[in-house]
Formats: sequence, structure tokens, C-alpha cells
Amino acid sequence: MVEALCSEVDVRQNRSEACSKSMAPPLLRIDGLSKSFLLHRVNRRVQGCRDISLSLESGQFVGITGRSGSGKSTILRCIWRTNLPERGRILYDSARFGMLDLAQATQRQMLYLRTYELGYVSQFLNALPRQTAYDIVLKSALETHGCAARSRAERETERMLRHFDLDENLWELYPRTFSGGEKLRLNIAAAMIKHPRLLLLDEPTASLDNASKLKVRALIEQLKAEGTTMLGIFHDLEFMEGLCDHEFNMQEGMMA
Amino acid sequence: MLDDQRFGADEAPCLSVRHLSKRFGTACPQCAEPGASLNRNVCPRCGTVHAVRDVSLEVFPGEIVGIVGESGSGKSTFMKCLFFDEEATEGEVRALPYDGGAANLLELSSQQRRAVRNTVFGMVYQNPYLGLRMDFSSLSNIAEQMIASGSRSVGAMRARGEQLLERVNIPLSRAAEPPRNFSGGMQQRVQIAKALSNNPPILLLDEVTTGLDLSVQAAVLDLIQQIRRDFNVSMLVVSHDLGVIRMLADRTLVMLDGRVIESGLTDQILEDPQHAYTQQLVYSLL
Repeated sequence: MVEALCSEVDVRQNRSEACSKSMAPPLLRIDGLSKSFLLHRVNRRVQGCRDISLSLESGQFVGITGRSGSGKSTILRCIWRTNLPERGRILYDSARFGMLDLAQATQRQMLYLRTYELGYVSQFLNALPRQTAYDIVLKSALETHGCAARSRAERETERMLRHFDLDENLWELYPRTFSGGEKLRLNIAAAMIKHPRLLLLDEPTASLDNASKLKVRALIEQLKAEGTTMLGIFHDLEFMEGLCDHEFNMQEGMMA
Repeated sequence: MLDDQRFGADEAPCLSVRHLSKRFGTACPQCAEPGASLNRNVCPRCGTVHAVRDVSLEVFPGEIVGIVGESGSGKSTFMKCLFFDEEATEGEVRALPYDGGAANLLELSSQQRRAVRNTVFGMVYQNPYLGLRMDFSSLSNIAEQMIASGSRSVGAMRARGEQLLERVNIPLSRAAEPPRNFSGGMQQRVQIAKALSNNPPILLLDEVTTGLDLSVQAAVLDLIQQIRRDFNVSMLVVSHDLGVIRMLADRTLVMLDGRVIESGLTDQILEDPQHAYTQQLVYSLL
């Protein structure tokens, strides 16, 4: 009898846990985000994105498509705070700070999130010309793990470079001479070594040939299988097919 | 845990500056008002120069904060006020490593200020002649700084000096030479070694790469980044060069005519500058 009661309680608890899981707040919810740029030189305001709302559950891959100039990148840059959001909220469920509006977060909070929780990958490699491929990834690992864990960071770096299929002959070279696909894989390796909870992909395939695109697609599939939450921008629809859980199309700064 | 140290929810700044101002001149009743209209930073009535106007900032442990602005914007004067090379007219400066941040450093006696200069701050000037004794050997320059903070063991000072010179890539065979014989880049590296000699928690870097050629500039900047990574030192970096700021600073303040007109994450300042002057500055980037 007691056992039966206990098991019934267990079932109820499981149910309520399952229930609360499905009710869990999304990892990211954007609410009425608008951003425009005031250019003082010509005294004109240029619209970036207007009244954007979307949400992203943990483990999901959401894609945004649209022509260039439609304001896709502005959304990602507002999340990453390279652009200062103008209106609206960007609610992010941080492991450290709890629910946080990234549009209002302090600069220090943003620095923390960039180091430990968010990742940003664009088609451009943002690194000093005198850094080797290996050092770029290692630096990123050291930022997260701290210098005390250098040997661990070095192990992780090698694992990542292999994982992302970067030939060992390239490790000690400067990426300036790399192909677009190689640069991109290096970019993703540097972002992924931090194991971000939310990865922002800003047209990572923009300048790649088809073979490289397929490689990147395989990488993204792999990240998705590992449970990485991703918000990505792509302007070629084919690339997105079958990959995204949700897809948004943008036109002239707004969700179409 | 590392992240708790670096980004505690209630983290305390390592250096906190509130409402710091520096005036050259006696200031008439009109221009002493906070919102007084000036001709750039000069009072049109009494001619007082308001070099630094009501600047507030915080630097957190292990963080590099950049100050950028054109010549005459007051950024170096601000730095000199922090290091007591100039007497600030008003404001508060508190440093966590000194008295737990309780004391306003601007109100200290000259003896206490000397202690702050020797143990809390390390300063690297644009002009190595200000930071080094050009006729002393490089090792003696470092020893001098250590003696000032109470060190007396010759062996310990020599060992520390050699360690630091090695760290900044000065060959030990030249450690006994005076910096006068060195190139600009080497002099700057000796200055950095000297500034580091007492393990100061806060480094003040004033236009450290101005006047150096590109490859030497890169070597000095790389060194600064390594130092931050290895010793978790906080730094305040003043430069008119956005490239230097972009490479080093986590957060950046933009100064114009003695005031801070804009502040933000460095890449936000560069990608999405708000103020007309900052936009002009960013467009001027080579």
C-alpha cells in the first residue's frame, strides 16, 4: 500500500517535472526588437530591423533568411551587443544571471556572456594577422578555462582542430593564406571550444563553394546532434532545408 | 572558480574614479558650473582650461579599459591625475588594493601617494625619458623601483630584474647597459619591466606605442596582452590610435574636450558608434 502510494507520488512528480520542462522558458525570446542607425555625417537614419519577435527553445536550430540588407545580421549583432538595441527586449535565460534582458545588460555582464555562454561565428575571421591557427583556438580556450588550465586548453585545442578537420600542416600557419572554408572551420572551432549555450551564426556560408558548404552543413548537423542551441542567418534557402526547426524570412527589416 | 573571481555578481572594481576634474586656471563663477558652455574646453570669459571634466569610470580585475580621443582631449591629463603627476582639481579615486578601496587617493599625504605609486600602480609613459633613468643600467632602473617599495636584498632585486627583462625580451647580455643605448621599442619594454617590478595590480599605459614602427608596436602590444593573461593585471590604456584600443581594450571610453562622450564594449564603439565625433573617428580608421 505504502509502496503503491509512493509510486503514485513518483508518477505525479515525474508528470509535474515533465510539465514544467515543457513550460520551461525559452532560452532566448526576442520581443519587438528595433534598431536603426543614425548617420551624423549625412544626418540620416538607416533602418536595421523593425519590431522583430522570435523565440528559441534550448537545443533548437532556428534559421533566418532574407535578402542582403533585410536586417538579418542586425538581429544577431544586437544579441551579441556589437549593435546597441534601440527598442524591445532580448530575454536570455543565462546560466549565471538567470533571465536577463540583453538589451539592458551591463557591459560587464555582456563580457561574461561572451566569454562563457554565447558564441558568434561570421564568415570573417577576426584575428590578428600574426596569430597561428593553433593560437587562435588556444586563446579562445584560455579565455574560458583560465591560464591555470593551460595544458587542458592545449589538449582541447588539438581535439577541436582535428574535430573540425583542419589539416595538421596548417596549425602553425597564419590563416591569412587559408581558403574560405578553412578559415570558417577555424572560426567555428574557436567559438565551439567555449561550448557556448547559444551559438549565433552570421552567414557562415556566404562566400563558400558547394563542397565547403556541405562540410559546414555536416558540422552544423553535428553541433545540433550534440544539443547546441543555434540561431543562424543564411541567404540561400537550399542550405537550410531539413536543418532548421523553425525558419523566419525577413524583408525590409521586418519578419515576412 | 575563475569566473567568480572575474565576474562576481557583486564584483568590486579594482579602480574606481568618480567625477574627476582638472582645471588649469582659477575658473570664474560661470565656468565652475557643471553644465557651463565653453569654447571647446576653454572658458571664453576667464580663459581657464578645463582639461578633464567630470570623468567617472571603473576598471575591474583583469580587465583592460581603453580611453581614446584626439590630442588635447584630456586623456593623458586624466592619467597623470591618477598617478599624481598632476594634482586633480576635484573628484575621487579609489583602488581596491589600497585600504580596501576605502580611501580617496586624491586626499592622501605625499608619503602615502608615493606608496600608491610604488605598489598599486605601474605607469608606462609615451616618452621613456619620463619613466626611466637613462644613465642607469636597465637592472638598476628596476632595482630603483623595488628599493622605493622597501626591498633591500641585492640578490633578490637582481634575480627579479633579470626575470623581468627576460620576460620583456631584453637580452640579459645587455641588462647592465643604460636604456640610453637602446632603441625606442627596447626602451619601452624596459619601462614595462620597471612598471611590473612590484607586481602592481593596476597598470596605466599612456600612448605606449606611439612613435614606434609597426613591427615593434606589434611586439609591445603582444607583450601587454601576455602580461594581462599571465598576471591578470587590470589596465587603463590611453591611446589616440583606435587600432591599439581595438586590439587591447575590453571596454572603451571616448573623450572629447575633456569629457567622456561615449562608452561601451570596444567592438560596439567601433561598429555602432553613437556620437558624431566617434563616428568621424571610426571613419578615420585606416
